[in-house]
Amino acid sequence: MYEKDGEKYFVVDSHMHYWDASPANWVAGQENFAKGWIDCFHAYQSLGPAETHWPIDRFQKYSEEGLMKDVFEDGHVDVAIFQPTYLKSWYTEGFNTTERNGALSEKHPGKFVVNSRFEPRGGDAAMKEFEDNVARWGAKGVKLYTAEWLEDSRGWTLKDPEAYRFLERAQELGVKNIHVHKGPTIWPLDKDAFDVSDVDHAATDFPDLNFIVEHVGLPRIEDFCFMATQEPNVYAGLSVVIGGLMHARPKFFAKVMGELLFWVGEDKMTFGSDYGIWEPKWQVEGFVDWDYPSDEFSDYPRVNAATKKKILGLNAAKLYDIEVPAEFQLPAEEGAPADQDDAKLVEDTVGAST
Amino acid sequence: MTDAACVLAALDTVRDPELDEPVTSLGFVASCTVSTDGVADVHLRLPTYFCAPNFAFLMVADAYEAVSGVAGVRRTEIVLEDHFASAAINSGVAARSGFVASFGALADAELDGLRVDFIRKAVLAGTDRVCRPLLAAGRTGEELAGLSLGDAPPSPDRERLRARRAELGLPADDSSPLLIDPGSGEAVGVAALPLHLRKARLTRVGAEANSGICRGMLRDRYPTLGLGEDS
Repeated sequence: MYEKDGEKYFVVDSHMHYWDASPANWVAGQENFAKGWIDCFHAYQSLGPAETHWPIDRFQKYSEEGLMKDVFEDGHVDVAIFQPTYLKSWYTEGFNTTERNGALSEKHPGKFVVNSRFEPRGGDAAMKEFEDNVARWGAKGVKLYTAEWLEDSRGWTLKDPEAYRFLERAQELGVKNIHVHKGPTIWPLDKDAFDVSDVDHAATDFPDLNFIVEHVGLPRIEDFCFMATQEPNVYAGLSVVIGGLMHARPKFFAKVMGELLFWVGEDKMTFGSDYGIWEPKWQVEGFVDWDYPSDEFSDYPRVNAATKKKILGLNAAKLYDIEVPAEFQLPAEEGAPADQDDAKLVEDTVGAST
Repeated sequence: MTDAACVLAALDTVRDPELDEPVTSLGFVASCTVSTDGVADVHLRLPTYFCAPNFAFLMVADAYEAVSGVAGVRRTEIVLEDHFASAAINSGVAARSGFVASFGALADAELDGLRVDFIRKAVLAGTDRVCRPLLAAGRTGEELAGLSLGDAPPSPDRERLRARRAELGLPADDSSPLLIDPGSGEAVGVAALPLHLRKARLTRVGAEANSGICRGMLRDRYPTLGLGEDS
């Protein structure tokens, strides 16, 4: 929790990692990719405040103690949601698997939510792995990388029949939060890895699932917003938005936030630190202090403490059925966190606002 | 004799298709030399090892075309440095073999469609750059719907918008409507105008925020300014 100026914030970090990218975990012959990947992540960290930058060896593999301190002790986080990233073609034991995250979670009951993943191209074996992970770790969400390579495949889409088979099973198992990576990426070649049209289809066909678009489709934020405003069950995952822009490019951060608040709405936006890329402490504290820097932004929706409470924790808590103590909850007139009706906002107001 | 300044000027016309900014001002030009016998040698660099290879290919290929067209250049060498696909891109462009041939089974389409998609985005973003000052000066949306491109005050932003429209074959002369659909080229009517302007602003915000991230990543990777980079 975080308290400032008499306001109490319940913080859910809905997108964070516990990875091992140390050289000992690099697959022989794939060292350039394994090193290139973690070096690229490390460069993202440079967009945060200088005092929060880590040396590369710590960044490649951080300790359990370091994570617990950075995230919970110093970082104000009440509940953190692990999002796995496998990358087993480059990292022998995987980069950040469900098992690695789950093992840490079991040592710290109540602190973590362990999400899993599924791989639609993997057939029945992948289905069994998904079902086993859900049973073993109690996953209520998955993180999906549609642009990930697998053998001859250079990616997949949520529209694929194979993906629908997994989404149907996810719905049956109560895995209701589908986090999709649509943001800065590396693959594939000629396909547009940022294309969010597949989310549009799946969100329509699976109204009981929530689709959280991580990194809000950056750099194609406009495609994401046009889609999200029409789909009540699509949410904006703010990982990279706060970490990558709030400190390094405050003016653009204000504009991106203004646009998201306008098109998607405060009930549909969720904070994620993307730890270990960025520590949550400066992000939480900075966001609570944040407001538009000048009158230039007067055309965008206002932000207040209720807005920030929803984004920092209450929206994600609702999606994940995380119990929020009464002292952190909002009065009824501030609206219901994660309310799907927020998507109607734009259609109602756009005609009158320009 | 051709000097490096002429080659650099040619590189000013080469844009990052996604950011719609010149590779020079973005800091992507690491070096640029011309030998006494007319061999131009240009090294390009990008913000990350894993920057999307489709856009990287377009930039290297466009740089090859632009530099080859400089008077006095007999041979052109464009080298993309420090990228996971450097070898395939550099050799593919040098052989002028196209994207699909350069990547074999890894690619199944040329990049023309991708490029057009992003020029359309550039038209939308450019519309905001031209219209935002007019709105700030008190013009109403209804008034904008009645303006032609030539009615907007002359500015680099207006000419940039005109150029992108022309690249797509859309109306681009002074008498054409200021506000057009970037797909069809049809004028945007009063009813559709508020949403059109909202989309234009959002598209510009997305591109400029992305450019900010790319510049930040580039600076972390390469502490020194590129040739022609905005400081």
